[in-house]
Amino acid sequence: MAFTIPKENYNGKVYEVELGVGDRAIKIGGESTLPFLAFEGEMPNRPSIAIEIQDLPPSDWPDTVKKVYEKVSSNPVAWAKFCQDELKADAVALRLISTHPDQKDTKPEDAAKLVSEVLNAISIPVIILGSEHIEKDIAVLKTVAETAKGKNCIIGKAQEENHKTIAAVAMANEHKLIAMSQLDVNLAKQLNILLTQMGFVKERILTDPMSSALGYGLEYTYSVMERIRLAALQQNDGAMQPPIVCDIGKNVWKTKETIAAEAELPEWGSLEERGIIWEAMTAAGMIMAGANLLVMRHPKSIELTKKLIEELR
Amino acid sequence: MALSGVEIFKHLPKTNCKKCGFPTCLAFAMKLAAKGVSIDACPDISEEAKKLLGEASAPPIKLITIGAGDKAVKVGEEVVLFRHDKKFFNPCGFAVAIKDTELSDEIKKKIEAVKTSEIDRVGQKLRVEMIAVTDSANDPAKFASVVKNVVDSAPGVPLILHSMNPSVIEAGLAHCADKRPLIYAATNENADAMAKLAKDKKCPLAIYANGLDALTSLSEKVKGLGVEDIVLDSGARKAKDMLEHFTMIRRSAVKKSFKPFGYPVITFANRDDSMMEALIAGIGVMKYASIIVLNSIEKWKMLSLLTLRQNIYTDPQVPMQVEQKIYKVGEATDKSPVIVTTNFSLTYFIVRGEIENSKVPCWLAILDVEGLSVLTAWAAGKFSPTKIAAFIKESGLEKTVSHKEVIIPGYVAVLSGSLEEKLGEGWKVVVGPREANALPAFLKSKAV
Repeated sequence: MAFTIPKENYNGKVYEVELGVGDRAIKIGGESTLPFLAFEGEMPNRPSIAIEIQDLPPSDWPDTVKKVYEKVSSNPVAWAKFCQDELKADAVALRLISTHPDQKDTKPEDAAKLVSEVLNAISIPVIILGSEHIEKDIAVLKTVAETAKGKNCIIGKAQEENHKTIAAVAMANEHKLIAMSQLDVNLAKQLNILLTQMGFVKERILTDPMSSALGYGLEYTYSVMERIRLAALQQNDGAMQPPIVCDIGKNVWKTKETIAAEAELPEWGSLEERGIIWEAMTAAGMIMAGANLLVMRHPKSIELTKKLIEELR
Repeated sequence: MALSGVEIFKHLPKTNCKKCGFPTCLAFAMKLAAKGVSIDACPDISEEAKKLLGEASAPPIKLITIGAGDKAVKVGEEVVLFRHDKKFFNPCGFAVAIKDTELSDEIKKKIEAVKTSEIDRVGQKLRVEMIAVTDSANDPAKFASVVKNVVDSAPGVPLILHSMNPSVIEAGLAHCADKRPLIYAATNENADAMAKLAKDKKCPLAIYANGLDALTSLSEKVKGLGVEDIVLDSGARKAKDMLEHFTMIRRSAVKKSFKPFGYPVITFANRDDSMMEALIAGIGVMKYASIIVLNSIEKWKMLSLLTLRQNIYTDPQVPMQVEQKIYKVGEATDKSPVIVTTNFSLTYFIVRGEIENSKVPCWLAILDVEGLSVLTAWAAGKFSPTKIAAFIKESGLEKTVSHKEVIIPGYVAVLSGSLEEKLGEGWKVVVGPREANALPAFLKSKAV
């Protein structure tokens, strides 16, 4: 019996989306195959990784990752430059966490001022994230999207309850948009359809299926993403073809595995390595399931993930 | 090639006797075609038909057992490419490699690491299952002495005997042949001698060839030599080759019933950088490797890999559940708040994680609702005031805390009045936040 390569025939492909402007702009997506299966399709762009920074010193990050940024994290502009210049980041994800009413309830204008400073300080693409507070994000993202006009940023996250306004400002200011739904293939599809029905160009959407960390629901995100990808490729379903973004750092670095000291749980081993591998292994799971853009925190986890991506190509 | 249900039906007795447990022969045939039942369930089938259908009804990937006794590892018998299509059945086994040239102290440490590798996660005991003894000196006596050492100091732990030299393998088998070790590996050059050892000692045999064409012919050759229990190694070591080869092997077996690849896959994730080794092994876990051999098994590394394996091999149809009880989170005292939620493992983990983040010690009362999330359980009537109240009463919570207040998830705020009534005199039900991520703020404000 002779072996013949069992190839699948796909009809569809993932949209290719460009982020940022100028020399440092990046492209994600565009693949016509399941992740890294080069024998049956193209994967023109490798998954990119954005480093997460925020507009407040990260008091709730574990020390393992907090200490990496301790010299810059009190100043978001310096932090962004550090990511670009020292860590050679593909992109930066600026989370405007201080705008949340439970945090400092920072005013949209103040958030916009900071966004403008960050954008002026670096040339790599910027992902601008709100605090995921439905109402406050509407006001904040509206103002910052206007400030960032012309920079081809990603704005997010639009959820079912606030997608109309956020999509409208992303569209008016020519940004890309993250559409986040709650861990369900049909909800992800429905939100993308709602966006296109209001006139948002579907090639400007990024799907966030709602990420989860290793050991904390990773298998749900993994399977939702595999199903989204299969629908995009096999059924050529346009509502399932935006690139997928996975915002994993914030899920990973609040798990007990990245926080608990070795003295407390000796059977879990060294905390330093444990935290780093927790984020890298989560990232590995997401790229195998089809992620095109990851938002991560620890430089060592990012370096490992990039090495893995290189080895997969 | 796999037969359809109708084709199988033609060979059945067509008596509809129901002895197989199905109402009709056709129903049984359909189940056979879906590989959901064994042909042996039919007591009246002719030997001839049984032989014919045995082949067709066999799972596309053979089940292989490595080791003997209660620590034996079963791999293979997978039927899908994507876990959401059904599930992945037999979790891949992890082995640590011990070279026969390693210092005895190092060997001792690795054996000890295997023996103490067990962790408990969501009620499952997970561990490094196997030890691979690797021949580095091409010296049968040396290899045999290390095998003996491992057999004596790690009783019951299944072995992989790793050498391309049949006389080295034979020397090793002298100490463990009755324990069903996996022999690794037959190649095109040594296939006859290795196949003979595997047959004589009734051990599974791994075959190694460079690339999938060579692996196909070697698989057929070894099968032709009478070996039934085969494990495949295509030589893929780089992540890209692993992913491509394993995908092709799984697809060929499952979708095309390509017999030479109807066996589990073994891979070696050996890297100098232990973190990189973990990630490469992770690719194996997600993409169809059944046995993964590692150089080192540090605790942090195995925690990540065993957790990944548990995640990937979880049945997507059956939610993971935790045990119904009152969990103590942090240094909770008789004055600490009591939070009630369901026993869906994800709910439990996330709520527990947020309580820990809040640094406010609490009692977490987990009600068994068959693993449903809060809203689903509520809609199904399993997270009802009657059930919550009965659980609180029976759990002995009243002896644990000195107050009479429970916090319920914001999504089921509607339950609060009725729950207060069911709990009785003096009880107060507080409505908590809807999402767990609002718990820290909620608990902190409550503590003030």
